This record gives sequence, structure tokens and C-alpha cells, in this order.
Amino acid sequence: MLRNSLIAAGLTTALLAAGPASAAEKKIIAVSIPAADHGWTAGVVYHANAAAKEINKAFPGIEVVVKTSPSASAQVSAIEDMSATRKMDALVILPHSSEELTTPVKTIKEKGAFITVVDRGLNDPSIQDLYVAGDNIAVGFNTAKFLVDKLGGKGNLVVLRGIPTVIDDERIKGFQDGIKGSDLKILDIQYANWNSDEAFKLMQDYLAKYPQIDAVWANDDDMLLGVLEAIKQSGRKDIKFALGGNGMKEIIEKVKAGDAMTPVETPYPPSMIKTAIYLTAAHFAGHAPVRGSLKLDAPLITKDNAEEYYFPDSPF
Amino acid sequence: MADVAAAPPRAQQNWSIGWGDAGPFLALAALVAIGYLVNPDFLSANNIANVVTRSAFIGIIAIGATFVISSGGLDLSVGSMAAFITGVMILFMNTVAPNVGTAAIPLGMAVALVTGIACGLLNGTIVTVGRIEPFIATLGTMGIFRALITYMTDGGTVAIDRSLREAYRPVYFGDVLGVPIPILVSLGVALVAAYVLYRTRYGRRCVAVGANEDVARYSGISVTRVRITAYVIQGACVAIAAICYVPRLGAATPTTGLLWELQVITAVVIGGTALRGGRGRIWGTVAGAVILEFIANLMVLSDVVSEYLVAAVQGVIIIIAMLIQRMSKR
Repeated sequence: MLRNSLIAAGLTTALLAAGPASAAEKKIIAVSIPAADHGWTAGVVYHANAAAKEINKAFPGIEVVVKTSPSASAQVSAIEDMSATRKMDALVILPHSSEELTTPVKTIKEKGAFITVVDRGLNDPSIQDLYVAGDNIAVGFNTAKFLVDKLGGKGNLVVLRGIPTVIDDERIKGFQDGIKGSDLKILDIQYANWNSDEAFKLMQDYLAKYPQIDAVWANDDDMLLGVLEAIKQSGRKDIKFALGGNGMKEIIEKVKAGDAMTPVETPYPPSMIKTAIYLTAAHFAGHAPVRGSLKLDAPLITKDNAEEYYFPDSPF
Repeated sequence: MADVAAAPPRAQQNWSIGWGDAGPFLALAALVAIGYLVNPDFLSANNIANVVTRSAFIGIIAIGATFVISSGGLDLSVGSMAAFITGVMILFMNTVAPNVGTAAIPLGMAVALVTGIACGLLNGTIVTVGRIEPFIATLGTMGIFRALITYMTDGGTVAIDRSLREAYRPVYFGDVLGVPIPILVSLGVALVAAYVLYRTRYGRRCVAVGANEDVARYSGISVTRVRITAYVIQGACVAIAAICYVPRLGAATPTTGLLWELQVITAVVIGGTALRGGRGRIWGTVAGAVILEFIANLMVLSDVVSEYLVAAVQGVIIIIAMLIQRMSKR
């Protein structure tokens, strides 16, 4: 937290220095997202900046401004500063946390801005004009269905959870629903905090504890990297599948190459921020109706459609 | 009268030194016994090798921290520093690999060591010359190192070049006569550190500064130099840990080494080093690092603890380990 506050202080200064908008009649779309502190948020930052660049070039009447914040409180300050120092026609926000951001976003809404909420919903859905999110339940469910199918409805699984949050709970719930009715058995389920190191250790321990494991589900690709390394070290041959989730480029590369242990992937793409920014721009530039909510599917990524989810230049 | 009063405390003190040093090892032995009862697989050669190898990173960094803490300092930046050094090392190796091939690995190790020493020198100088409380000074550099690694990786991952990966792998996964290399490295570091702390003039000065800075200064010890050296030793230890760490996952990310500083300080204190300075125990620190890793391992191997309560049970075990250590001193 303290470390975050230090960075926050720097960012706020940078924000203030940015100054007022250059052309007054331009429509300003402010984008507020978490700072890049792990793979997925790094992807969000990458795609948000890419969208800003593309839209600013394509539509001279629109200016997209991207601000990153390292914590919920810094994000509140950032959007307050932005609305205080410049006219804001729309706010695209991926909130750090639902509770803390609800009231500040409402204040901005009351000033007349178009509000687009991404990924994590606010506590009061009536604030948003547009909601764009992925489907965490499907991430778990589709992975589970794949395993049920490929293992012939029978086998021993171990699962690695992330950080205790709604996102993690939804994925796990989807997975458990997916294996319901089959003879797949979850031998063990523990938290590894979406961290490769912790996943590596946890997988070593799973391997020491269980002599027969048919498949591993890591619920996130950072963790999958650690899992794969532990399996490789053990030299064990019983593990048929090790799957992740989110769509990290290293894992998509494996899928494209037809890897035997990781043949599929489920997306929870950080590029959804790009979808949200483009739709918001369409509201102003194209006069196209976009109010509503858009839930991106989490279909299985296989060798055939991997290209669609592959971003070689993204850090994630 | 005076003689009578002085004698018993001295006797007690002599007695307590022997047992006080055994404390962390008793706690470790107790933990191993419990582990065996919970799940006999705990004592399988494979599991023990895995866990002790994993404890090497925290162990090596904690050996450095033993110097800093026993000299009355503190270093919160070690986790971020480890990530930063890892990042610098990987980027350097990837840059030179096309020209020099696998010679990039020893060069990378040298770069890591130099970076670590420079980071330690920075911490030590801020604390001593800048006269800033170690807690605040290293909290500052902790933020700096963490931001630098995040910047270097664009918030994502920097992975080691494929051409180097297989050649470097044995440094973590290889073994000599069945003993994994990271264990040998940490034993080597511990031997050197124990010699320096217990047998050299520098070691005695380090502890003297931690026990009482003013007295040390009046007896002609350069407190500044002793303290800076402690931070430099810490930096070198972090670099050695980073060198063993890189081949494990072959990448640096902004979450590498997150919260290692707390594990390091816990290992040092479980090992019997006084957090306020003036007492350092190298082998205790090594035992402390192994204890921490055993606890985490035990949580996974037992079926009793709910996944939601793991951290609480770990906390209780750490406190009990401290109590065993404390009681054995009486």
C-alpha cells in the first residue's frame, strides 16, 4: 500500500502537469484503468494506449486520454482531477474496486458525462451507460467441459486458485458446475495468488502429495507457467492436461503450436478495454446507439482460432 | 557481596548461549516430526529436496539480512531488489546472447553481482550518510526497485532468451552427487557468512554497532563503514539468490519477489537474531528459512486445513516456533 502511495503521488503530479485540452470543441474520452502491476493489467494498459492512438488518428473530433492508477484511492483522485481540470464528455473506467469507485463515478455522471464501465461492475448499475465485461463463469465452465470430454468423464484433478475475489470465485464456480455429473474428482484446491512462483511451489507439493493426477487447472496463465515448470522438473508422465486462462501470449503460442499438454485456452482478454473505448467513440463519432451491456464470450481458443486472440506486441 | 551477586547471572548466561542457539533447530525438528505424522510423504527424499531447494532464495537473502539486522539496521527493499536484479540480468543476457552465445550466462551473473552490490551501497549510503531511518530509507528504495522492474517489463514479463534457457536450467534444477545446486550455494554462502560474522574483526564490529552504536563509536569503530558494508553484503546476497532464481521460471515479472522482505525478516528472527540488533545467528537464519518453507509445504500436504485458513494456521505455527525457541533459552 505504502509503495503504491509513492507511485500515486508521482502520477497525480503528472496528471496536473498535463494541463487543459488543446482544442475546446473536441469530444474528450477519459480512460481510467489500473496501473500495470501484473500481466493482465499490463495488457489492459497496452490495449488502452493502442485504442487511444488509433482513435485519435481516425477521428479528429475525438481525443482519448488514458490515465493509470495504482490503487482504488489513487483512481478516485485521478478521475476527480481529470474532471476538475478539463471538460470530460465520456469516462471509460475499469474500476479497482466496485465499492470505492461507485460514488466518484456517479458525481462525474451527474456532470453529464457518458459512463462506460469495464470488467468490474459498480455497486449501482444505473450509473453506467455502457457495460463491457468478459465471462468469468464461462472461463471455468468451458475449461471443465473440455476436460470432461477429453478425459472421458473420469479422472483426478488439482486446481490452483488466484486471489480471493469475485473473479476467482466465479471461475471456480463455473468450473465446479462444468464437472458436475461426471466422475472427475478435484483432489485438491488451494490459493496461489495468480503468481507463477507460488504456483510452482504449490504444484511441486501437489505432485509430492498425489501419485496420480490426470489434469491441472490453474485459472490464470501466470500460474500456469509455474505449474508447467514444476511438472517438467518432476518428470511425471501421468498429467495429461495443464490448462490456464486469460489468454497470455506465451500460452496462445503453445496452443498455436499444438502443444499436447496445453492444447486449448480460455480468454478473459485484457483487450476488452479496447472494445469499450471503440464503442464509446462510436457513440460520439458514428452517432450509433451503444447504451446497454456487452458480455464477451469465453469460447475455447484452439489451434484454429488462436490467431484472433494473439497479440505478439502486447506484454501479456 | 558483589561477587556473589555477579556470579549467578554469568553462569546462567553461559548456559543460555548453548540452548538459545539450538532453539530454531528444535523447532525445525518438531516441525519435521509433525510433518511425518500428518503425511508420511512429507519425508520422501523428493519432497525434502524440493522444499529445501525452494528455501534457498529466502535463505541466502536472509543470511545477508542477518548482517544488516544484527548491525541495528533493516532492509525492506530486498524483495524488490531481487526482482530488479533479475530483470537487469535477463535483459543484459538477452542483449549479449546473439554475440557471445552461452558465455552470456557467466557475464550475466557478474552483472547481477555488480548490480546487487550497487543497490546495497545505495541503501547503505542513504541510511548512514543521509541519516535516514533504515525503515523509511529502504521503504523508499523498495518502491524505486519495484517501479523499475515494472517499467523494464512494461508491467508484463521479460523472459530469458530461448538459446540460454536450457544451458542455464541446471543452476536451479541440477545437482551434484544428488544434492541440488541451490542448496550447495546456500550452504557455501552460509559457511562464508558464519566465518565473517563469528571469526573476523568485521563480524564483531557489526554486532557491536548493533548492540550500542555510541559505545561502538567511542571505541573507535567507524559506524558508517560497518553499516554500509552490512548493506553491501545484503546486496551481494540478493544478487546470488537472483542468480539461482532466474533459471527456475526463466522470467522476471512485476510480482517477482513480492513480500519476500517479510519472509526474510521472519526467517532471521525465528533463527534467533535480535530484531533490535546486537546478536546475529547465521545457522539459525538458515534453519528459519527452511522452517518457513516447511510450514507452507505442510499446509498443502495436510488435508485438515481449509484453503481459506492456511495463512492463519501458518501464523500460529510461526508464533509457536518462536515460543519453542524462546523457552529453550531458559
